[in-house]
Amino acid sequence: MKLVAPIVLVFATAAVASGVSSAHRLEFETALIMVAVVVALYVFVGNSGVISFGHMSFVAVGAYLAGLVTLDPETKGFTTPGLFQVLKHAQIGLVPSLALAAAIGAVYALVVGLPLMRLSGLPAGIATLAVLGITYNVLSYWGKVGPGVQTVTGVPEASVWALAVGVAIVVAAAYAYQRSRFGRVLRATREDPPAARASGISIYRERLIAFTLSGALAGLAGGLYVHMLGLLQPDLFYLDLTLVTLAMLVVGGVGSLWGAVIGALAISALNSFLGDAENTVDVGFHLTLPNGTRLVTVGAVMALVLILRPSGLTGGREFGWRRS
Amino acid sequence: MTINWGQAIADAIALGALYGLVAVGIGLVFGVLRLINFAYGELITCGGYVLAYTYGWPRPVSILLCIAAVVALALAQEFVAFRPLRRGGASAATMLVATFAVSFLLQAIYLLAFGSRGQIVGTLGKLNSAFTVDGVDIRWILLVIVATGLLLLGATATLLDRTEVGLHIRAAAADFRTSRILGVRANRVIVLSFVMSGVLAGAVSVLYTVQNPLVQPSMGVPITIFALVGVVVGGLERLWSAALGGFAVGFVYGLLADVLSSTSSVYLPSVVYGLVILVLLLRPAGLFRSWRAQQVERV
Repeated sequence: MKLVAPIVLVFATAAVASGVSSAHRLEFETALIMVAVVVALYVFVGNSGVISFGHMSFVAVGAYLAGLVTLDPETKGFTTPGLFQVLKHAQIGLVPSLALAAAIGAVYALVVGLPLMRLSGLPAGIATLAVLGITYNVLSYWGKVGPGVQTVTGVPEASVWALAVGVAIVVAAAYAYQRSRFGRVLRATREDPPAARASGISIYRERLIAFTLSGALAGLAGGLYVHMLGLLQPDLFYLDLTLVTLAMLVVGGVGSLWGAVIGALAISALNSFLGDAENTVDVGFHLTLPNGTRLVTVGAVMALVLILRPSGLTGGREFGWRRS
Repeated sequence: MTINWGQAIADAIALGALYGLVAVGIGLVFGVLRLINFAYGELITCGGYVLAYTYGWPRPVSILLCIAAVVALALAQEFVAFRPLRRGGASAATMLVATFAVSFLLQAIYLLAFGSRGQIVGTLGKLNSAFTVDGVDIRWILLVIVATGLLLLGATATLLDRTEVGLHIRAAAADFRTSRILGVRANRVIVLSFVMSGVLAGAVSVLYTVQNPLVQPSMGVPITIFALVGVVVGGLERLWSAALGGFAVGFVYGLLADVLSSTSSVYLPSVVYGLVILVLLLRPAGLFRSWRAQQVERV
């Protein structure tokens, strides 16, 4: 049940997305991708209790790799002539590109995590933020790994059902992890670090495992993102996305997978409803909001939910009829 | 290319002093509440807008209004967002994300109210003129920044070290719960630390906009991030180590910006962030952590 409910929600969102007009489909697809990104973030932040501002780095490398290896080599000759030869000539299918995205996310997270997982608390947060800063900076300027500050379009787009399957895989992996020995051990270190240590648990090792898995899922989510949008741009994967996904996680409830899914969908829904309302929406009467109210309201709602329900909408519980 | 080291150092000092002030503003609130306020930069932005919209008014009035508005906003952050959150028993991570959300909200409000194109501040523009010493152009603003920085740091230190209120703040910073039991009025101390950090942010608005006169909704974000990095690099334990950390990050950034060639200077943020990671790994409690301080995890 705890796994079924989030998966059903994912496919329900996909079903709605496939039924609506193309302008609205983009909003539902974005919501799906946000579920994947937030769940990937949850695997580390939720289970370890350590905040990470750096996860969008893994989303970014996943998106860049998946995007570049599926672009037509001829186009790449014009748009990104400076790429590494391998990237420049490669053209592979959707599924292998997503596998590559997950792989590079995992490798990057492992490399970063090896030194950084020794830190905890605020220094850990700042160090991961520094990783994000470096990733953003390098992706913005290094011509061998991407188009730089320009936007590259023409990345093959996946169908909404393909995206939904990808998102469902992320959710299922997160669920499998938290049910596994590793997940339980990591949550034990979150609840009581000294007791966990006394029981012979290496906090460093458990966090590193979660960080790497989380990086793999974030990379996969990035790959899905780029195959949804069809374009690449470094600004997509920087502070805005970091803030929004962290807020989604906290609004939903940082302690549960269900919370991650609910938070991502709730904020996405609010965001797109208000976006529509800025161009007049029919809610019994014609509602037109001035431009800019979307961001203000989303910000205010995030702040309000945090104030009124600090443990999130789900209170950190998994889906279930009985409240324990 | 010959590098004018004197010039580079002069520019770097100005930037370092500014970030030092921002770091103290963030460190003050952190000391009492153990709260990193990501929305601190938006205070500076707010001050910038006040300066832009009161351009042409008598300068002292404009500057006083700027500082008053920033202090009011700092208090609003505390009363509307942070205090209810603390009452609700929010965890440290939730508080952190809440300050993120407040930052996001304020930026959205600025965007809605003032547009994305930016406003020009000209209040103290004349301070950008320079005089030359030994081939080094020293702008007046550098002297003003350094003097104001030292003055404000000195005032803050005096307040904390020599007055009863300061004693209360330090007590609260050392051990919040025990200090309450011993009769420190917690909420007064918190309000005071927000007022002080607001005054500092207002001063930074005035000084920052002299060199970067364009005020935009998101201009506070990079300021907050760099100062925050400085605070953590310097060490959160004490104000002066936070100030030094902020200064160090600003100084290194300013120096490298002048020294690096234009092709490699685009990677300047990476270099600075790389140094930050290195410092955090080697000295997680900060570069300037006192040797006597015990290894206590505070966050």
